[in-house]
Formats: sequence, structure tokens, C-alpha cells
Amino acid sequence: MAFSVVKGAGYVLVHTPDMIIHNGTTQTSERIVNPESEYLKKLPEHLRSFEEVVSYPPNQTYIGNITPGDLSEYKMPWYDKKIDDAGRFGKFGEIMPQDEFIGLLKIVDVFDLVKLNNEITKVAKEKLENHPLITDEMVAKLKEGDEMEDINKAINELHAEPIYNNNKIVGCVKRAHEIDINLNAHTIFENLVVKASGVLAMLNLINKNDINPEDIGYVIECSEEACGDMNQRGGGNFAKSIAEVAGCVNATGSDTRGFCAAPTHALIEASALVQAGVYENVVIVAGGATAKLGMNGKDHVKKEMPVLEDVLGGFAVLVSKNDGVNPVLRTDLVGRHTVGTGSSPQAVITALITAPLDKGDLKITDIDKYSVEMQNPDITKPAGAGDVPTSNYKMIAALGVKRKELDRKELPNFVKEHGMPGWAPTQGHIPSGIPYAGFAREAMAKGEISRAMIVGKGSLFLGRMTNLFDGVSIVLEKNSGKVDEGKGVSEAEVKGLVAEAMKEFASHLLGN
Amino acid sequence: MDLENQQRVKDLTEKHGAENIVVLLGAAEGEAAGLAAETVTAGDPTFAGPLAGVQLGLRVFHVVEPEFKDEVDAEVYDEQIGMMEMVLDVDEIIEEMTDIRDEFCKFND
Repeated sequence: MAFSVVKGAGYVLVHTPDMIIHNGTTQTSERIVNPESEYLKKLPEHLRSFEEVVSYPPNQTYIGNITPGDLSEYKMPWYDKKIDDAGRFGKFGEIMPQDEFIGLLKIVDVFDLVKLNNEITKVAKEKLENHPLITDEMVAKLKEGDEMEDINKAINELHAEPIYNNNKIVGCVKRAHEIDINLNAHTIFENLVVKASGVLAMLNLINKNDINPEDIGYVIECSEEACGDMNQRGGGNFAKSIAEVAGCVNATGSDTRGFCAAPTHALIEASALVQAGVYENVVIVAGGATAKLGMNGKDHVKKEMPVLEDVLGGFAVLVSKNDGVNPVLRTDLVGRHTVGTGSSPQAVITALITAPLDKGDLKITDIDKYSVEMQNPDITKPAGAGDVPTSNYKMIAALGVKRKELDRKELPNFVKEHGMPGWAPTQGHIPSGIPYAGFAREAMAKGEISRAMIVGKGSLFLGRMTNLFDGVSIVLEKNSGKVDEGKGVSEAEVKGLVAEAMKEFASHLLGN
Repeated sequence: MDLENQQRVKDLTEKHGAENIVVLLGAAEGEAAGLAAETVTAGDPTFAGPLAGVQLGLRVFHVVEPEFKDEVDAEVYDEQIGMMEMVLDVDEIIEEMTDIRDEFCKFND
């Protein structure tokens, strides 16, 4: 069967400064434990403007306006650097401001749970009417605004979650049930945010890659939220709800969960479904998490820097049947951390990196770029969590040294040549492997690289069901142009078979 | 150090006595190792967890320090930690850990 290909990718960020303060768990926890804290008082002074967020080099990388290579030319820290004439729209997607996103929250809400006042409704309507991807039909769903009196009543008496813009209440998300915590206003807020940002990523994928949404047969959503009610907490299905808004009338779908590893799990699942011929076009999609906004805010404020976790992330990737052009997903070179793998970093890197390479008789240097946890080090370093991608590259290189594929003194060079700086926001699943899919597709089209490995890792122990860690990986390879690739017997296999037959023949001759 | 681990260290110390406890760390950075070491000796520096203001003064080592490395089977060590030892800034971690122990550890052995 022919390998499937990565046919397109869309990436979006949403600037949500008020949601940092009111919905990020670092801040909501602080408000419960220490409501008078200095941190909460200082936080508003450390928020960035939309223009600052747009011109921030890692964000411009995320939406594809500059490459990871370009980003590495900027000396860290990056928060005091900016890209001149940076735009909110990019080659892969866009950066959306909060007011438009609040409008989008209402547009994707089909149960009349979002109430917005007249003022924000007017602003969102005007801006979204001019948005290239938001249709008139979608804008019409904003209807007329609600009265503040009703919104305040819902918040004060009916446990609705307020929606803030510029530090003012402009609306609310109502609870969807009186006693069910799975449908309370907090949960519905988070779920609508992940749905709306997932929709935005899907719309960008479709638009930037000239895809007909009606051609999409299946959608796999792979964020870290759960929707359902008290009888089925994680029943789903974000995937289908996103497909519905994006006009994928011929699609169904399902949600795949696996903490930060889920996008790579989803990518492998999608590639298998397409390769097996079940569906021709499968989209993997995920929106962002309000809970993680400002996660490391305390450290950022302490270090007198802006709170950099001020955006929600989203992405969507289309996996299609082999077109002879786009990079193929090598389902025969998949790595996985199994139950029996063990938890030492060495065991993990072996399972995820070298085990799949061994299957293809490849060395670690045969992969041009490794896409690991591409977390932006500008965010993590000041918080004491180090430079995550670089640590991963060092571990891969160190394993190469142990396998004698690399000399120890080549280690720093390996990190530079086969690695990349992290550019994705620390939204769990968002930085995990997947941010490079779009760039890999471009770099392979230009002939700059031949192979990349997408690696996803997840901390399952956070769910308290197992102490195990998890991860999967898959190799992405430049398309050879032969559409029947992988079908039947490959050239290498034929050569191998011929060689074996010759050897056997020779041994007969010698024996005689 | 996360709040749950602080509670575990506290409970185990109460049960077995501080003199019978050794804390082993695997943090990837000197600073993070130092913070965890400080938590189990001088108390939680962030004043957020169960060890806030609790000075346990426990023996604490990072797994790349010779005090630990020399005690275990070299083959197992190489298999489990050898790769990370190559990656981590071992000197920085040892320096940070030694400073914390010198200042806060109650056991001078």
C-alpha cells in the first residue's frame, strides 16, 4: 500500500491577555490561595499588546512568516526583539486578537451559552466582517448583543463565567447544567475556547492550502480537553463539532487523547487510515488551552519580563493519499514508548528515536531535522525549565555517541545541524513535534532536507491513572515522485532477494 | 518541587526519621536541582507547599554526583544514566548541590 502524505498544515495563535488573568490556572490558583499577592498586583503591567505579540519572532515563526533557521539568527532573549513590518497573517495561518476571538466563541457556540454585550458584539462583527476566512453566515451568528444587566445576573446568580476584554466584563459563558460539573460554566468556557481555536486552525489549513472542505472524510481532534456530561465525562466529540463549523459536510471524526503526545499519535493514526484506503483525506486538528495561559507567569514577572504565555495555540494538518509530490509518512518507521520500555531518558530516546531508525537501517545522522518538544526557550528558560528542544537534541546526540555513530566532540555540531530553536507556545500538545510539519513540507519541496522525524511525548502520570510516560514518533520523507511507492516489493527488497538467490546459487556451486 | 512530592518527603521523614532518609534528585538543571535540594533541607523557598518553613535538613544528592554514582553498579548506572550524564552540566549541578548541603544539611558525613 502506498504511503500517505502531509498535504498541508495550518497554524494559528490567539492573543488572549484577559484570559491569562481570569482563566490561566496559575492565576486562578493564586487568587484562591493568596488573593492579595504581589504577583497578581504586578501581572497586568507585564502583559503585551497585540502588536508586540505579532512582532515577536517566535510567533512569526509559528505562523510561517520566518523559518526556524531565521529565528536562530536572533540572539536570545527574543522578547526584546521584534520583526519589523510583521503581519498578523502568515504563510501557514494567523494571529487573532482577543476581541475577534470572543466573537468567534459565540459563533461556534450552538447551545446559546455565550452571551456578549452590545459593545463587543459590534466590535467583533465589524472586525470579523473584514476577516478573510470568516463568512457572512458565521458573522450573522453574532446576532444582536445582550444587555449588561442580563450578563451580570447570569454571572452573579447563575454561576456563569465572565468573559473579559481590556479588563472589563463584556459577556459570559453560561453553565449548561445546574449541578453537573462537567457542564459547568468553567468547563464549557474551556471547551468552547479549544473548539473555536481548533476551528480557526482548520479554516486556515483549508484556505492556505486550497483544500475543498467537502473532500475531507475524517477529522481527528487531539487537544487535551474533554467534553461530555456527568454520565460520560470525555464522551467527545470535538472533532466533528469543528468539522461542522468548517463546512466539512462529508466528514465524521473522533477525539484522540494522549497528553502532549496526542498530535503525533493522531498523525500516525491519520497516516494509517489513509494508507489503508479507509479515507482519502484525514485532518488532525487541535485548539489551545486557557488553563496553560501564564503558566510560568510568576517567574516572568519576577524576572521583570513580559508574561510570554499570552497566546492560545492551534494547528491542523491534512494527511492525504500519495500524490507523488508531498512528503510521505513512513508508517514503517514508527517509534513508540511501550509499557515495558522503562522510564530512563536513555530507554525513552532509544524507543522513540533509534528503534524506528534501526527498522530502516538508518543512522541518527540520516534524519536531517528532528522535531521534538518545540517549546519556546524564551518562555521556559527564565522559569528554570531550561531549553527543552536543545536538551532533547543533546540526548539524541548522546545516544548517537553511545551507539558509536557520532564522535563525542561532534555533539554540539549535531545539535546545531539536526536541531532547531523552539518557537511554539507552551500549550502542552501544541509544541509537541507537530509545529515543524509545515516547515518540513516546504523544506522537502525545496530539496533542503530529505527526512524529518516528528516526535511526541506525553506525561501520562498527570492523569493519575498510570505512572508511565508516553511517546510516539514517525519519519517524514521527501516524496520520490513514484506514486505507487511502498506498493508491492520495493527496489531495495528486490535487490536483497536477487542477492540472496545468487548467494544460494553460489553456495550450491561451491558445495558441488 | 511539586506539592505532592513535598508531602511525600515530609510523611516519609516523619515515619522513618530524618537520619534514615536520603533524597535523590534527577533534575536536568543546576538551578532546579538546587531548588529541590533547598526544599528538603531548608524548606520550600516558594512558601507554597507542605515544606514551607519546615527545615528537614535531609541528606540530598543528585544522581550524577559521585556520592551516588560510586555506590551503584557501574553497568546499571551506564545503562540508566550514562546518556544523561553526557548531556547534563554535571559540574554546575555538583557545585549547586554542594553549596546547599554545606549550608542546610543537618548531617555532616
